Amino acid sequence: MTAPASPTKVRGETILSVDNVVKHFPISQGVLFKKQTGAVKAVDGVSFELRRGETLGIVGESGCGKSTLARLLMRLETPTSGRATLEGKDLFKSSGAELRRLRRNMQMVMQDPYTSLNPRMTVGDIIGEPFEIHPDAAPKGSKQKRVQELLDVVGLNPEHINRYPHQFSGGQRQRIGIARALALRPEVIVCDEPVSALDVSIQAQVINLLEQLQDEFGLSYIFIAHDLSVVRHISDRVAVMYLGRIVEIGTEQEIYERATHPYTQALLSAVPVPDPDARENRNMIRLTGDVPSPADPPSGCHFRTRCWKAQDICAIQDPQTVLRAADPHPSACHFAEVRPTAA
Amino acid sequence: MTQSAVRPTPASPTPPGGHLLEVRDLHVEFRTHEGVARVINGVSYHLDAGETLAVLGESGSGKSVTAQAIMGILDTPPAHVRSGQILYRGRDLLTQSEEQRRQVRGKEIAMIFQDALSALNPVFPVGWQIGETLRQRQGMSKADARRRAVELMDLVKIPAAAKRLGDYPHQFSGGMRQRVMIAMALALDPKVLIADEPTTALDVTVQAQIMDLLADLRRDLDMAMILITHDLGVVAGVADRIAVMYAGRIVEHADVRSLYRSPAHPYTKGLLESIPRLDVRGQALSTIKGLPPNLMRIPSGCPFHPRCPYVQQVCVDVVPHDLVLGDGRTSACHFAQEVRDDSAR
Repeated sequence: MTAPASPTKVRGETILSVDNVVKHFPISQGVLFKKQTGAVKAVDGVSFELRRGETLGIVGESGCGKSTLARLLMRLETPTSGRATLEGKDLFKSSGAELRRLRRNMQMVMQDPYTSLNPRMTVGDIIGEPFEIHPDAAPKGSKQKRVQELLDVVGLNPEHINRYPHQFSGGQRQRIGIARALALRPEVIVCDEPVSALDVSIQAQVINLLEQLQDEFGLSYIFIAHDLSVVRHISDRVAVMYLGRIVEIGTEQEIYERATHPYTQALLSAVPVPDPDARENRNMIRLTGDVPSPADPPSGCHFRTRCWKAQDICAIQDPQTVLRAADPHPSACHFAEVRPTAA
Repeated sequence: MTQSAVRPTPASPTPPGGHLLEVRDLHVEFRTHEGVARVINGVSYHLDAGETLAVLGESGSGKSVTAQAIMGILDTPPAHVRSGQILYRGRDLLTQSEEQRRQVRGKEIAMIFQDALSALNPVFPVGWQIGETLRQRQGMSKADARRRAVELMDLVKIPAAAKRLGDYPHQFSGGMRQRVMIAMALALDPKVLIADEPTTALDVTVQAQIMDLLADLRRDLDMAMILITHDLGVVAGVADRIAVMYAGRIVEHADVRSLYRSPAHPYTKGLLESIPRLDVRGQALSTIKGLPPNLMRIPSGCPFHPRCPYVQQVCVDVVPHDLVLGDGRTSACHFAQEVRDDSAR
């Protein structure tokens, strides 16, 4: 397998650009005469750019819209509004053959390696299926040979091509999912919680594989996870989501060492650190209450109901995700500042 | 090193009157169509009043099965307790009748489960479910059980408890459901609380709230707690001692600080090195090669030897016994001293 990078493809240039994407799921009532009574604002105006060869981590708690965002990018959901371009081509407006070509360039690795593989298909059929859907991208010679190459790339035994998913362990199944995503030589891979279902010792193997594949093939990742330590490890840049919005985005260092948004700070301080000594020096922020319903988010800043810095302005004015004086990276807080005793 | 069948549990000396709860050389197997899976292979641990013991392990290590054996809720068949003792206040639970065990369950030892949504009955209000134990076991009247249910919900800090008594489980968030579960477990005022992955299904901010709540309750109600988890981070904050399980055995047993500072078993060392740290920017993660063993074909000698960087011929041939290290810790590794010295560096 040769790296797909050609001279015109410069590492660091924008490959995927997402602009103010919104997805509202309607809530309807009534049986005969359905009428819309509200909307779940799953993704509520998200913008970011993904650069070639980088990993953008997206973190947030359940219900913050990170998986819906992934599904929107894969066109598994139709956005309510907004725009996204992959290498300059409009992702949301294209259809038919054009959409298929775009999708070839962007693949997804799912969270659950137990349910995302068809139990009645052999591994060879699962990994080779993309070639049937995209015949023009299929290898010229033997398809089987190519599938075996892919198995080898992800560290599985090429001779196991005729086995079924249940004959593999969780970590191996996730490797099958990764091989399937690599089949069409995409440039962008959206990983939706790719390691959350795996045991710690296996998780590290899969993370290392993802990093190694990125170097080898110049891939760009959108890495969605709720585990902040994993995201820090793999990401170049990180976006933090809360109730359908990105509240802070920056380089891995900006987010983890100089976070300015209160939610990011609380999230970071809540992560259990596997070291009893480091833990005592840490200054924990305990958030009270639960995440509000995305069907009825608070006015103004969505985080204000749980925020210890909330003032009147937070209820009235929606803070924009812009560069803040405290530390120049985009943060959506009126009172953005670096935590003085950040641990 | 003793070669006796019952291995001594390390650290604290046996208090007069014995440990509150003690598991001795427990063996459990699952008899299935494909063969016999040896899930627990000689587990011993103990718990004293007021302390928190963490049982750490990956899926299939047998940590939950041990807890289910203590509670007497193993699915039999396929599970069979082959041998061993579970002593609660000196009495062996495994020899007791079902009626006697029922008196212990809930009242002396209670358990909370990982997935609160599937552990709660969706068609009954939570107040009714919390009160059920009180009506059944203590013969309380409906009105008394209701009153006590409100108290319990207050105790686990469910806001507006009296109002939420009639709500159904689906009307609660994940964290609140776990609080309901905790309230149910506390209903009969148990002395031992077994928490099986209590926060695994929860988000980090909620996870922190629940762990705080459990720590507070343990202290205020003077319970002893067994915390079963796979998360090395969660353990570091609350546990006094840790028992690390692998392939149905306890491979290392130590107080929290020594275990994190200088793990003395290659498996523990590998685990600690393979987790990405939030506060330390890492390079490539070191991994434990290979996969956990198939419990129907556990490797000879030390079950960890096919994955172990310290492996020697002796590990293939001889099952390592618990090596008692100077500071009252044990490690079931032939090279425990070396591993500990390596990690202390």
